[in-house]
Amino acid sequence: MSAKTADRIATGVIISVAVFIVALLASLLGFILVRGIGHISFDFLTSAPQTIKAGGGIGPQLFNSLFLLVLTLMITVPLGIGAGIYMSEYAKPGRLTDFIRLIVEVLSSFPSIVVGLFGLLVIVNLFGLGFSLFSGALALTVFNLPLMVRITEQAIRGVPREQKEASLALGLSRWKTITSVMMPIALPTIVTGTVLASGRVFGEAAALLFTAGMTSPRLDFTNWNPFSPTSPLNPFRPAETLAVHIWKINSEGLAPDAAQIAAGASAVLVIVVLLFNFTARWFGRFLYKKLTASK
Amino acid sequence: MQDKQRVVKPHLAEEWVGKIYTLLCIFFLIVTIFSMVYFVASKGIGTFLLPNVNVLDFLTGLKWAPEGSPPAFGALPFIVGSFTTSILAALIAAPLGICAAIFMTEIMPGAGRRYLQPVIELLAGIPSVVYGFIGLSVLVPFLRDVFPGQGIGIAAGSIVLSIMILPTITTIAADALAGLPNSLKEGSYALGATRWQTIYRIILPTTLPALLTGVVLGISRAFGEALAVQMVIGNAPHIPKSLFESTSTLTSVITLSMGNTVSGSPHNSALWSLAFILMAMTFVFVFIVRWLERRSKV
Amino acid sequence: MRKSLLLLMAIVLTFTLAACGGGKNTPSNTTGDKGNNASQGASGGQNTPTDTKQLEGSILAVGSSALQPLVEQASKKFMEKAEYSKITVLVQGGGSGTGLTQVAEGQSDIGNSDIFAEEKFKDADASKAEGLVDHQVGVVAMAAVANPGAGVDNLTKQQLVDIFTGKVKNWKEIGGADQKIVLVNRPASSGTRKTFETYALGQSTEDLPEAIQEESSGNVKKLVAETPGAIGYLALSYLDQTVTVIKYDGVDATEENVVDGKYPVWAYQHMYTKGEPNEVVKAFLDFMISPEVQDNDVVELGYIPASKMKISRDVKGTVTQK
Repeated sequence: MSAKTADRIATGVIISVAVFIVALLASLLGFILVRGIGHISFDFLTSAPQTIKAGGGIGPQLFNSLFLLVLTLMITVPLGIGAGIYMSEYAKPGRLTDFIRLIVEVLSSFPSIVVGLFGLLVIVNLFGLGFSLFSGALALTVFNLPLMVRITEQAIRGVPREQKEASLALGLSRWKTITSVMMPIALPTIVTGTVLASGRVFGEAAALLFTAGMTSPRLDFTNWNPFSPTSPLNPFRPAETLAVHIWKINSEGLAPDAAQIAAGASAVLVIVVLLFNFTARWFGRFLYKKLTASK
Repeated sequence: MQDKQRVVKPHLAEEWVGKIYTLLCIFFLIVTIFSMVYFVASKGIGTFLLPNVNVLDFLTGLKWAPEGSPPAFGALPFIVGSFTTSILAALIAAPLGICAAIFMTEIMPGAGRRYLQPVIELLAGIPSVVYGFIGLSVLVPFLRDVFPGQGIGIAAGSIVLSIMILPTITTIAADALAGLPNSLKEGSYALGATRWQTIYRIILPTTLPALLTGVVLGISRAFGEALAVQMVIGNAPHIPKSLFESTSTLTSVITLSMGNTVSGSPHNSALWSLAFILMAMTFVFVFIVRWLERRSKV
Repeated sequence: MRKSLLLLMAIVLTFTLAACGGGKNTPSNTTGDKGNNASQGASGGQNTPTDTKQLEGSILAVGSSALQPLVEQASKKFMEKAEYSKITVLVQGGGSGTGLTQVAEGQSDIGNSDIFAEEKFKDADASKAEGLVDHQVGVVAMAAVANPGAGVDNLTKQQLVDIFTGKVKNWKEIGGADQKIVLVNRPASSGTRKTFETYALGQSTEDLPEAIQEESSGNVKKLVAETPGAIGYLALSYLDQTVTVIKYDGVDATEENVVDGKYPVWAYQHMYTKGEPNEVVKAFLDFMISPEVQDNDVVELGYIPASKMKISRDVKGTVTQK
């Protein structure tokens, strides 16, 4: 076999693998959407689930998923950006920095079930937070934090050295340089990374089974006092997210339309993750244009 | 910036705020990981304090009957199940992922970046519950019809996992390939080598450690995945004789029984010990990755 | 441009700092607060009713996922009642073991279980079960189910034992089609399996190689319905046309037969409290066994009302006529 033929065969194989992967995704998405999209209606998205009657919705679950995501980001974003800045700017090369980097790596590859069990043991029982949104958010923080640290660190390292040095030469403090010169440049990358990481949070179920719980109490969507137990905004109430709901109705669903609800909810979940992906890309590009236009 | 007179003091204060804030964040990270290791380990060690259970028996025992009389705690079937499932998943996903990475960087960089990369990121975005559900309703019936057995088992588990870890392997491989100096490739082409010869003889050997890093990270992710695997693997606590026979992984047995056992009972402690093994494996994987990364820098 | 940039940074920074402070402080602060709240909630209406009969407080019921739908549905009705409108009932799944652990350790007010606490707390933990008070709110009967292709609709106790211990491997050995038997069992920790083994098989069985184990009834049903030659067991509420319900020693798995004591494969659904329940929890438990729930929701969800049972059975399995 001549080198040319080998080259052609190899190229063919590689292209067909690429096509196969695209086809695989298309069929996966197609399968989920085709089965589920017929079941999605305004009513389905807003009404509460039913235990045994048909026609239950996923309203509270959808809200819980979004609210949990917001809570998680409120904890992870500041912590993650802070730690990321430390790693990229303040950390001196040495044993300690190496060790911290190791921690970040280990933390990011912890199995979600171990994180969930840890959450059950420490956050839910020891801290006495119970099965609540807040416990769930803390458990999700464990996953999300290392990602945020890595994203921030890489984004800040990506800032051209000249810009940083110019700012330092002008007599700005290092912190001021970071916040006013480097962050704006790094921000698009950080935002894109954060939103992409959010997609994972949105679909997580294993860790939340043990922390945020598998039920949603009655919610009164007119009650916006975060301290009232029926308020949707109360972070100390148990909350079943969309992914957990899919898991639950697949396994114990008694409603006659459980299969359709699961399919519909899966479709909603995938659509939201798709939206996250597209907004992340679009927003990153938008911010990049906005923030670097002066250059 | 405007007021030069007052620059000294705020300057220093600012610097301290920044330093302390970032240090606190790092501190939080360190506390988290230490408490995790401590709590899981302290729960997991309980099993070995029981009479007639020792570490060696636990790791090599074949019989798992924590509720039986006498109870038996042999976790080897789960360890074998976890390793075979995740390694097999990597064997399926690695060629696909590396081909995809080559496609994105060498063959059609434009189309690759524009279409294939988003597609791969989307695969990473599909929640594991949905993967499990599709696995149970499409893959298992398919395997049941085509192969002997009931469809569930290691084969189903590793196929589902391979799709889930494809993004990890592809992304890392693509980064490694893109980071390769152009002069290497150009040198090869200048010598008259075809594209495949360049890929096969120059690019792949040079980036091998980085590619392996991706594969190990993929295995590590597959190792820890719980819900999707549990739905398709069958969960019998035995080492299977074929790929199409019911078996368990560490994660699947934990999800299956954790809620049904009362805290402090031997069964419950044994499950925590399994969680501890999972955790220890995470460290092992991270060390392998670090070792590979050091090699790829040389 | 610069202004908007500064503004953006300011927003990001304030948010960052504020939330960082929050993130740091909240866990420790709220831990204490919440702990108190929880224990107060558990100790019930610390605002003891004065002149009005309005009870106040929150109830947390954790445990068995089989019992969860019933408790959830009843709790919705309960909270809609005017006199209980200030009570919040939270229902949580997680499994009987979790429920019993949490109620024994005082983290929840009610522990839902589909098995006697004495059967879970054994040996060293046996003392934990003593402090728990049992409230039986219903009965769940279960039946062996097979894939319709098996060609069998009646099995004797001995045949079931032979199947679940792996002695009989093909349906034709017991008069069915020539089809390999596939076991769809539950994990050894499952309350459903325990009930099935105790009352249908009369002995505990080992986990056989090749047997499928699923915890959730939904997956068991799906696998039995789809896998040729599969056999498993399900609570009556999950039965439908996709699986063949198997008679036990010729007795149909129906409500009447369970009530009369002819069909033995059933279990009580328990709601445990630690010690005698306080006013708030008692109000809810009373509501659970009131005719309003027992005659409607319990039946609707496929359970059998505890009050209807003509026999009773204790933890050792001794049956007495009522």
